[in-house]
Amino acid sequence: MNQDEYITLYHQMVLIRHVEERAAELYQQGKIGGFLHLYIGQEAVSTGIISVRKPQDRVITAYRDHGVAINCGISPNQVMAELLGKATGCSKGKGGSMHMADISKNFWGGHAIVGAHLPIAMGMALCDQYREIDAVTICRFGEGASNIGFFHEALNLGKVWNLPLLWVCENNQYGMGTSVERASAVTEIQQKAAGYGMPSACVDGMDIMLVRQAAQEALDYVRSGKGPYLLECFTYRFRGHSMGDPERYRKPEEVKKWEEHGPIDIYCKYLVKNQIATEETLEAIDDQVKIEVDAAVQFAESSPEPAPESLYTDIYVDSIDTEV
Amino acid sequence: MALITMREAISQALWEEMERDPNIFIMGEEVGVWGGSYAVTKGFYDHFGAKRVRDTPISEAAIVGGGVGAAIAGLRPVVELMTINFAFVAMDHIVNQAAKMHAMFGGQMKVPLVIRTTSGGGRQLGATHSQTPDAIFAHFPGLIVVAPGTPYDAKGLLKAAIRSDNPVLFIEQATLYQARGEVPEGDYIEPLGKSKIQRPGVDVTIISYSKMLEISMKAAEQLAKEGIEAEIVDLRSLRPLDMKPVLESIKKTNRAVIVEEGWGSYGVGSEVASRIYEQAFDYVDAPVKRIAQKEVPLPYNRQLEQSALPQVEDVIQAVRELVPGRG
Repeated sequence: MNQDEYITLYHQMVLIRHVEERAAELYQQGKIGGFLHLYIGQEAVSTGIISVRKPQDRVITAYRDHGVAINCGISPNQVMAELLGKATGCSKGKGGSMHMADISKNFWGGHAIVGAHLPIAMGMALCDQYREIDAVTICRFGEGASNIGFFHEALNLGKVWNLPLLWVCENNQYGMGTSVERASAVTEIQQKAAGYGMPSACVDGMDIMLVRQAAQEALDYVRSGKGPYLLECFTYRFRGHSMGDPERYRKPEEVKKWEEHGPIDIYCKYLVKNQIATEETLEAIDDQVKIEVDAAVQFAESSPEPAPESLYTDIYVDSIDTEV
Repeated sequence: MALITMREAISQALWEEMERDPNIFIMGEEVGVWGGSYAVTKGFYDHFGAKRVRDTPISEAAIVGGGVGAAIAGLRPVVELMTINFAFVAMDHIVNQAAKMHAMFGGQMKVPLVIRTTSGGGRQLGATHSQTPDAIFAHFPGLIVVAPGTPYDAKGLLKAAIRSDNPVLFIEQATLYQARGEVPEGDYIEPLGKSKIQRPGVDVTIISYSKMLEISMKAAEQLAKEGIEAEIVDLRSLRPLDMKPVLESIKKTNRAVIVEEGWGSYGVGSEVASRIYEQAFDYVDAPVKRIAQKEVPLPYNRQLEQSALPQVEDVIQAVRELVPGRG
C-alpha cells in the first residue's frame, strides 16, 4: 500500500464511525425510524475486507450494513438520506437502515432476515461460475446466523459446486442479547467450515492490518478456483444490538475493556508508529470527516420525501396491471 | 395442432426456452439424472448437460434462495420444488426474498425467477403431501402466481413466466400431467395475469382454475344436457387476479359458483366472491356459492380423501340450486 491507501482506510473507518454517531443522534431526535443497528466497534472488519476486493467481486451482508455501504462506495449523503427515508437515498427511501444497496458498486444489500442472504450469495456465485467470470462473492454475516438452517444449506451446496464464495463470519459474540456460548455448540465459528469440507481461519477483527492479510489470503484461495473459504473475524460491537437495547446481557466493564482497544485506536497507533502519518494528519482527517458528515446530514434533511405515487412503483418490473 | 399431455406441454415450453436463451437453467431435486420426479425434464440432462440441468441436495431454501441470487445476478433460473408442500421450508425465500427484492432496494434488482412446483390432492399421499395452498402465495405483492388448467395454457404461460423479469410461482396440479389437449407446435405466449373464458354460456358463471377447471368442464357438459349453459372462467393467474372476464360474465348470467381445490377459508373463492360483491353487486341475483376442500387435513384412505375434495357432482348440485326453476 502507498501512503494514500493507508490514509484512505483510516478515512473510511472514521467516516463510518461519525456517520453512525450522527445517525444515533438523529434516531434519538425521531428523524430516523424503524431499527438502527450500529456497526461501531467493527469498522476494521468491513474496511479491511472491502479494501482487498476487486471491483468485480460481489458483496452482500446482513442488516448491520451502513459500514459496508460506505466501504463499497455509497456516499455518506445517500446513506444518510436512506436513513431519513428520503427519495435521494440509495434505496429511494424504500429500504431504510437494514436494506441499503447499490448494485452499480457491486454491493447487493443489506438483508434483514438472519441468514437468508447466504443462499442468495450462493446463487450469485453460481452466476459467476456459470458465466466463467473471475469474481468472488463475499458474503458477510454475524455468528448468530451460523445457527440457522440457511447457513448450512448454503455452505453445503456452495462447496458441492465449488463456487467462488468467501464466507465472512463477523463474530461480535452476541446474537442480540444471547452470547455465542449460549447459542452455538462450538464457539469458534470457523470450526463449522470443517463439516462442509472447506478451509477456514480466524482473525483478530479489531486489527485492520490482520484482517486485510487474512482476507487477501482467503480471496486468493477462492479466486484460484478451489472453492469456498470461511473467514471468521473476532470482533465486538460497542453499542447495543439496536438503539432499543437495554444491554442486560453484558457488563459495562466488558464493553469498556473492548473500547479501550478499539479498531480506530489500534490503526491510529500503527500509522504513527510506522511513520505513515502523524497524529496531526489524522486529527485533520477527523475534522474533515466531521464536515463531510455535517454535509451529509444537511443533504439528507433537505432532500425531498419520496413522491406519494412512488408507493406503487417498482413492485413489478414490467407493466403488469396489478389493479385488474 | 397436436394432442399432447400437460406433461409434454410443460416439457416443450422448458425445452424450447432453454434452446432459445443460454441464461436459462434448471435447478432442483432429481431434475437431472433422474429426469424429474414427474418426468417433466426427462432427456434434459443428456441434451443440455449438468451445467444447465442441476441436481441439488434436499435443500429447498438453497434451491429457491440460490435461484433468487442467480436471478438478481443476471441468469434466468427455473427452479423446481418437488411439491408445493416443500415450499414451506423455502417460504422465506419465496415471500420475503423473491417477492420483495425488486421493491425493497428501490427497483435496482430484478428477479427473473420461475419456481415450478406441483400441488393438489387425490393421490393418497396423506396430509402433508396433498395440499393446495395456492392462496397463501397469492397473498404477497411482488410475486406472480400462475396455475394453468390446460396443456395449451401451460405451455404459453410457462414461456411467459420464463421471459418475465418478475418472480413467478408456477403451480402444476399433479393429477393434470396426463390431461390431454391441443397444443400448437413451436412458439406462442399466453399473458400472465389474464383470466380466460374456457366455455361460453348464459345461465351461470363458474369460476375456477387448475384441476378444478377440469371438474367444472365435466359438470358443465352434464348441465348442458339439462338445458343449463354454464360459462366457465379460468383464472389461470391468482396474482395479479384478472376480474374483468369474471365480472363481464356475471353481468350476463347474474349467478356465480367458484370452485377451488384448496380450503375455502381465506381462500381464492373468498377473494373472488368479495370482489364480485364489491364490483358487481347490482348484477348478482343470488348469493355467490363457493365450493372448496373440506376443512380437514387430507386423509390417506381413498374414499375419505375423495369425499374431502370437490367433485363434479358438487358443482352440478351448486348450479342446480342457483339456477331458477331447476333447484
